[in-house]
Amino acid sequence: MGVAYTKISAEAQQSATATEQTVTIDNFSFTPREITVAAGTKVTWVNRDDVPHTVVGNKKEFGSKALDTDDRFSFTFDKPGSYEYFCSVHPMMTARVIVKP
Amino acid sequence: MADIIRENLNPDGIDRRGFLKCMAWVGTGTLCVMQGGVLSSYALGSVNKNQMKKLKGAFSFVQISDSHIGFNKAANPDVTATLREAIAKINALPERPQFVLHTGDLTQLSLADEFDTLEQSLKTVETGGIFYVPGEHDVLNDNGKQYLERYGKGTKGSGWYSFDKNGVHFIGLVNVLNLKAGGLGSLGTEQLSWLRNDVSHLKSSTPIVVFAHIPLWSVYPAWGWGTDDSEQALGYLKRFGSVTVLNGHIHQTMQKVEGNVTFHTAMSTAFPQPAPGAAASPGPMTVPADRLRSVLGIRDVRFVRGQQTLATVDSTLADSTDNKGGNQ
Repeated sequence: MGVAYTKISAEAQQSATATEQTVTIDNFSFTPREITVAAGTKVTWVNRDDVPHTVVGNKKEFGSKALDTDDRFSFTFDKPGSYEYFCSVHPMMTARVIVKP
Repeated sequence: MADIIRENLNPDGIDRRGFLKCMAWVGTGTLCVMQGGVLSSYALGSVNKNQMKKLKGAFSFVQISDSHIGFNKAANPDVTATLREAIAKINALPERPQFVLHTGDLTQLSLADEFDTLEQSLKTVETGGIFYVPGEHDVLNDNGKQYLERYGKGTKGSGWYSFDKNGVHFIGLVNVLNLKAGGLGSLGTEQLSWLRNDVSHLKSSTPIVVFAHIPLWSVYPAWGWGTDDSEQALGYLKRFGSVTVLNGHIHQTMQKVEGNVTFHTAMSTAFPQPAPGAAASPGPMTVPADRLRSVLGIRDVRFVRGQQTLATVDSTLADSTDNKGGNQ
C-alpha cells in the first residue's frame, strides 16, 4: 500500500509541473484514463480510432465537436478540481482530469 | 436439407437445439420459419420453390442498417459501393418488399453530403417507402437537428413514431441521444410515456415490430451494446402475443428469444464489427477483401398469413441473388 501510494504521488507531482499534456483516444478508451495536471495546463486529446469520438465534461465544463480520425481537441484547465468527462457518442468511455492548484 | 425441429419445449415453439442451429448459420443466409408451432430452419441455398411458396405471406419488408456513408478506412474504402450492392439485392428479391426500414448510422459523421449520397442511392430501391431511425453517427454535433429536418416529418420528439401496415403495428424508437456518462443507449422518459400511450389502445393480439438503432437488449454492455431503459419499454409490450425487435449498431446478426419477444440485430452494409469481447474494442473490423461481402448484407422479413410470427432471411452480399449460394 505504502509503496503504491508513494508511486502515485510521484507521478502526480511529475505531471503537475507540465504545462501541456496529451490524452490518446484509442480502442474506445482514453489513455491515460486519469491525469493529474497543474492549473493552467493545456490538455490535448487525439483520436486514433476509425470511429468519431467526443470529449465532454460530465458537467459540460468543456466539450468538443465530433473528432474524426487524427482530429484533436484542446482545453486549458485554469481552475483546480476533479473533472470527469466522457465520450457522448460512446458513453461507456469515461475518464478524469485532476487539476492541482 | 431442411432441419425441422420436432421437439417443442416452450410455448414460443423454439427449443434450444433449434435456436442454436439457426445461430450457426447466421451470417451465411438463414431462413427461420414457424409452421404450426414448430420451428424450421433452412440454409438459404436449400430452400426449394415449393417451400418458398409456403412462405409467401401477406407482405414482406426489408431491414438494412449501418451504411456509414463517408467512412473510408481499411475496413471498407467504398461503403457507397456496398450499399449499392445491398440495394441490388433488394431489387432482385422474388417479391417486391412493401417498404424498407433503415435502422440508423446512415452516415459516418452526420455531414450534409453524406446524407445526400445516401438519399441518392436509396432513391433506386424498388419499394413503397423507406422508414428511418437515427444512429449515433447521424446526430453528431447538432443533437439530431439535421436528421430531423430530413427524416423527422410526422415524428415526435427526437424522431420516434409508429405506423400500421397490414394489421402489424410498427414502432420506430430513438435511443442515441442525451446519453449519460457511463451509460448505454437511452430512450428517455418523454419517449417512454409516448410509447406507453401509443400501444395502450391496441389489442393484445396485434403483432408488434419495434425498430431502433442500438440493441434493446443487453448484447454486451461493456461495449455499450444495450439500452439503459429498454426494460421499461419492453414492459409496456409484455401483454402482446408477438413482439419482434429489430436493431442495428453491432454490424452482425444475433437473435434472442424471450417469452413472446424475438430480438434480432442486422448486418451492416458497410463494414463488420467483432463478436462481443473478441477484440480490444468494437471498432470496424478489417477482413480480407475477398471476405468482406460475406459479412455485409440485408434482411428480408416476411409475415406468413395466419401465423403470428415472422420469417426472417438474412442474406449477405456474397450470396447469389437466386438463393443458390447460401450456406457455406
